Amino acid sequence: MENIMKMKRASDTKNFKAVATIVLGILTVMALLPIILIVIASFTDETTLLRNGYSFFPEKWSTDAYVYMIQQGSTIFRAYGISILVTVIGTVVSVLITTMIAYPMSRRNFKYKNALAFFVFFTMLFNGGVVPSYMMWTQVFNIKNTIWALIIPNYLCGAFNIFLVRNYYSNSIPEALIESAQIDGASELTIFFKIIFPLAIPTVATISLFTALIYWNDWVNALYYIQKPQYYGIQNLLIRIMNNIQYLKSGAASIAVGTGAVSLPSNAVRMSMAVIGILPIVVIYPFVQKYFVKGVVVGAVKG
Amino acid sequence: MSDMKKSKVKTKYAKSGPLLLIAAPGIIYLLINNYIPMFGIFLAFKKFSYKKGVWKSPWNGFDNFKFLFQTKDAFIMTRNTILYNLAFIVIGTILAITIAIFLNALGDSIRTKFFQSALLLPNLMSWVIIAYMVYAFLNSDSGFINNTILKALGKEDIAWYMEKKYWPFILIFVQMWKNAGYQSIIYLAAIAGIDKSVFEAASLDGASKLQQIFRITLPMLKPTVIILTLMAVGRIFFSDFGLFYQVPMNSGALYSTTQTIDTYVYRGLMELNDVGMSAAAGLFQSLLGFIIVVSANALVRKIDSDNALF
Repeated sequence: MENIMKMKRASDTKNFKAVATIVLGILTVMALLPIILIVIASFTDETTLLRNGYSFFPEKWSTDAYVYMIQQGSTIFRAYGISILVTVIGTVVSVLITTMIAYPMSRRNFKYKNALAFFVFFTMLFNGGVVPSYMMWTQVFNIKNTIWALIIPNYLCGAFNIFLVRNYYSNSIPEALIESAQIDGASELTIFFKIIFPLAIPTVATISLFTALIYWNDWVNALYYIQKPQYYGIQNLLIRIMNNIQYLKSGAASIAVGTGAVSLPSNAVRMSMAVIGILPIVVIYPFVQKYFVKGVVVGAVKG
Repeated sequence: MSDMKKSKVKTKYAKSGPLLLIAAPGIIYLLINNYIPMFGIFLAFKKFSYKKGVWKSPWNGFDNFKFLFQTKDAFIMTRNTILYNLAFIVIGTILAITIAIFLNALGDSIRTKFFQSALLLPNLMSWVIIAYMVYAFLNSDSGFINNTILKALGKEDIAWYMEKKYWPFILIFVQMWKNAGYQSIIYLAAIAGIDKSVFEAASLDGASKLQQIFRITLPMLKPTVIILTLMAVGRIFFSDFGLFYQVPMNSGALYSTTQTIDTYVYRGLMELNDVGMSAAAGLFQSLLGFIIVVSANALVRKIDSDNALF
């Protein structure tokens, strides 16, 4: 009797695992197929593309798109360089000011601890919206068509990350450590940079990752604040290339030509550009996934 | 003795100056980036022109709102924003919990890691890249669906970017594609937090896996579902600009099913140069958003005060 129960349980578990594997397998294929399609499309011969469209099993393969990109390199390299520059500067500055503002919020004996927490938190509840902030950045700070427009608005210091770091400080760094440093005569600034920041490296890794992703993937700031293509990062170059082909197809070529730095890219080139755009993410992803998952879980517990 | 007392009072609070200094860059940034625009909502009550600028443009009371709500746009964009969000909440929650339960069932294995990594990957893509992927499937000349699938089925081509009736399905599908894996992380963590002995006891009593899911896992997930749902409801007047602007390729033929408050605000400001209407729509969104997030939180606090945001 006992044995039969055990066997039944074992087969039940086995069946359930099989169902789980099949369902997750299907979802995984669905998650990856679009990515695979653009990779294959980028390696497809252009005439095959024109005849058969984008396909998972092209008649003829080709690396022409990538050869073309290297020959036409300057615009693409420039956009890539801008994306890297913006991502690096944005992430470094953001991590610095985020970890700094979070520190006093974690100090139990800081007089304005709660006031500061509310000041940060309120930004999650209410915002003035796009129009006032657009007017401020363009009319007051004259940020239009500068590299700063890609870095400063919106993403430099957000409440979500601040609370993530604050919680880490409060839970993982013992107050006694700070007290003993104070007894040794260390200033707050020394304590922060010499003790707190180094101890917070795991959470710094997490918010760096979140922030770097935001900057690398951002195209909205440039949509609002950049009209000169020389300041386009890779995402906005991609938007431009998409629009350019549409312009040409609808016979309104004259609008786009002249301002466009890239000559008409073929269907394959378009997809190879998209591949180049996701390449850094796919390459770094396996190494950083751990921090990403951890950050999402911790952030969800108490935003 | 009196000395000790004195120092005790002194150490009660740390010196505020140095700590405020450390917080200063962040405070200044939030003041500029977040707080000044809050006061800028007065633009919604002005007849703005770039020539006269922010200060000298004349006031026009509630005219912007009057004009806005006389148009069909106001209804369409509000309806779309709310309905899409409701669909995302319902379908997204079901999908995320399903993924989390299955991932949990497979335990700590390479298989699990592979599935989870793959399902998370779409979340890291920008909307521009995703728009490219959608385009690779849907565009009428060279898209995969028209050229391969519809051809194989012997059906006529469909001009996807002109046919608004398909877009609710497409957008919901794309949103799920991007976010389901990400959302499942939180549920997976919640499931992992359930005491294992409960499952063992149920299993000894002869409960099947399915019974365990419906009798143990799902009831235990209820608080998480409630919290995440209420947080999503708090954002019900906000939409992901990238999804609704970039993925439909800004196609005008699709506006009635793809326009949300966020795309309307963008178009009013940047394409139609109708700053007043755009500001009015933005304020409408901010105010409704504020009211609903505060009410949602009050609800959370009633249900489970530990999980209230404030």
